[in-house]
Amino acid sequence: MSVPESLFDKLWSAHLVKAQSESIPAIIYIDLHLVHEVTSPQGFDLLRDMNIPVRRPERTLATLDHSIPTLPAGQDGQRPYVTEQAQRQVQALRDNCKQFGIELHDWDSLSRGIVHVMGPELGATQPGMTIVCGDSHTSTHGAFGALAFGIGTTEVGHVLARQCLLQNKPKSMRVNVQGKLAEDVTAKDMALNIIRYLGMNGGTGYVIEYAGEAVRSLDMESRMTLCNLTIEAGARAGMIAPDQTTIDYLRGRAKVPQGEAFELAAEQWLQLASDENAVFDHEINLDASVMRPTITYGTDPGMSVAIGEPVPQPTNASQEKALKYMGFRSGQAMSERQVDVVFVGSCTNGRISDLRATANVLRGRRVASHVRMLVVPGSEKVRLQAEAEGLHETIIAAGAEWRLPGCSMCIAMNGDIVPPGKTAVSTSNRNFEGRQGAGSRTLLASPETAAACAVLGRVAGVADLESVQEVV
Amino acid sequence: MQAFTKLSGPILVLERENIDTDQIIPARFLTAIDFDGIGEHLFADWRNDANGNPVPGQVLNQSRARHSPILVGGHNFGCGSSREHAPQALLGFGFRVVISSQIADIFRSNSHNIGLLAVVLEKDQHATLLQMDGEEITVDLEQCKVIVRASDGDEQSWSFSIDPFARHCLLRGLDRIDFLSQAEDAIAAYEDQQVQDWQ
Repeated sequence: MSVPESLFDKLWSAHLVKAQSESIPAIIYIDLHLVHEVTSPQGFDLLRDMNIPVRRPERTLATLDHSIPTLPAGQDGQRPYVTEQAQRQVQALRDNCKQFGIELHDWDSLSRGIVHVMGPELGATQPGMTIVCGDSHTSTHGAFGALAFGIGTTEVGHVLARQCLLQNKPKSMRVNVQGKLAEDVTAKDMALNIIRYLGMNGGTGYVIEYAGEAVRSLDMESRMTLCNLTIEAGARAGMIAPDQTTIDYLRGRAKVPQGEAFELAAEQWLQLASDENAVFDHEINLDASVMRPTITYGTDPGMSVAIGEPVPQPTNASQEKALKYMGFRSGQAMSERQVDVVFVGSCTNGRISDLRATANVLRGRRVASHVRMLVVPGSEKVRLQAEAEGLHETIIAAGAEWRLPGCSMCIAMNGDIVPPGKTAVSTSNRNFEGRQGAGSRTLLASPETAAACAVLGRVAGVADLESVQEVV
Repeated sequence: MQAFTKLSGPILVLERENIDTDQIIPARFLTAIDFDGIGEHLFADWRNDANGNPVPGQVLNQSRARHSPILVGGHNFGCGSSREHAPQALLGFGFRVVISSQIADIFRSNSHNIGLLAVVLEKDQHATLLQMDGEEITVDLEQCKVIVRASDGDEQSWSFSIDPFARHCLLRGLDRIDFLSQAEDAIAAYEDQQVQDWQ
């Protein structure tokens, strides 16, 4: 009998070009390389230095997302880039993709989007693949049963040049989430609960496989949200074994095999799972049924509470510092905090289901007058679908801004920023000091919670809307 | 990349835990197409006030910061994004070594790819260093040792472990791409064998 293997073990060994030796890490093959404007220019320079082409341009896919404006072009046709340097960086990606024959989803593409929204939408992301990108939220693609992780720019150059990476095999962890999530609890809440349990560094050195009834019950967009946030616990990759939900999502997408070939591929994909007795270096069990809608209060994604709970007591100097930065006192009711900005979007929560959830909360309601709310679709496909459903009308009627797709206020490098000292409730992934602009204070939550906060103008949950009489 | 063998110099201590890459280099400085001058923006929001003026007394604004080749950071240093700009900014500012009791995965691999040595020490050793701001220590990659002089004058030597390949490359200043280039036959063979899966 063969040794039982985890899904991660199987993906790892299937991509071994050369096994690890005592002195040299394994060489693993990369099936899909996603590229964006910010972390790629110096990677392309390596090719020019070596005078070589991109080894597999057909396995490389590029988009504009991080630094681009989310406001439309002005009457002069000029897009409002935050700086000329940002515009030059986008032009550099355009030039690089042209020179090296890479498919780029530029402004004119109806598929352009945040790299981790676009890949799955196109069906470029497939089970069993190794996927990398110069972005830590590449873990998103693990939702399809792929080994997907973020890399630095030097490694972007390695993959462009050789389609491979030198890697030591990480340790493995399984996170089992048993039971059922309550109806008002989302994948974002589940992820924030997992990160709180593990701590922001509890996953360091590991690849995580998510399993259990509550994970199985998630739709693909929710699975992407969960895997996306894996890096916030320090683990480079998170994955979920493919099942019928995965197959149904992928069928008919542009870059998957079509017809009979798809069904054959699907049969193989459904084989990708951890063996029954697979051994993990670490395994934890969590109960979904006790998880509540959750919001962060500190400066790392592990510092969160259930909506309605007060700000906890700090347990060390770093938590004390976080509370000070955020302007919270321990024991204070979170609901006392006025919210100034609400951001719905990002590779974490910028998909169509997130916008539907947002619109459902906003329908027939108004964003509080002191709140600026930005809703930024994760991709052109998401934007077009939302507009076809009239979600944008609901969102605009409520008083929120409806923007063009991009990373926007999640990384705040395109000019969409939270002013110093202001509080933002954000559906993104990081609440680090200054993440959404110097001096900004970020509370991470689900789209539902974010929309409820926008309406009530303070920290609140959807349940609070029902108990409050609003003037529409 | 520049080789690293052994270095002695004063340490600069940033005691905070969980120093993330958004602190090390805020995102608005990521729009350049090269890494030239990126060290000037290291910890920009710590060093400068809202108007962009240097915060007086901020440790990184002291002249000694530029002459301290070794940064000792709090637990879980370099967490967050995969931006290589973070170790590039540290190198550009003048650091050659980062020491902590835990260093985030992607940050560490980025650092070793570009010649910034990332050293993980035991918690008590790390705690000792956190109290030694400005004092001189030695980091010896050949021996995998950090050597400090304790307050009673005794020399202490702490071993650290590091990925042997990272050490090999750092000691010789080797770029990893060369190892991939040398594996061309194996890569081509892999592609030939897997080609059916690609159709």
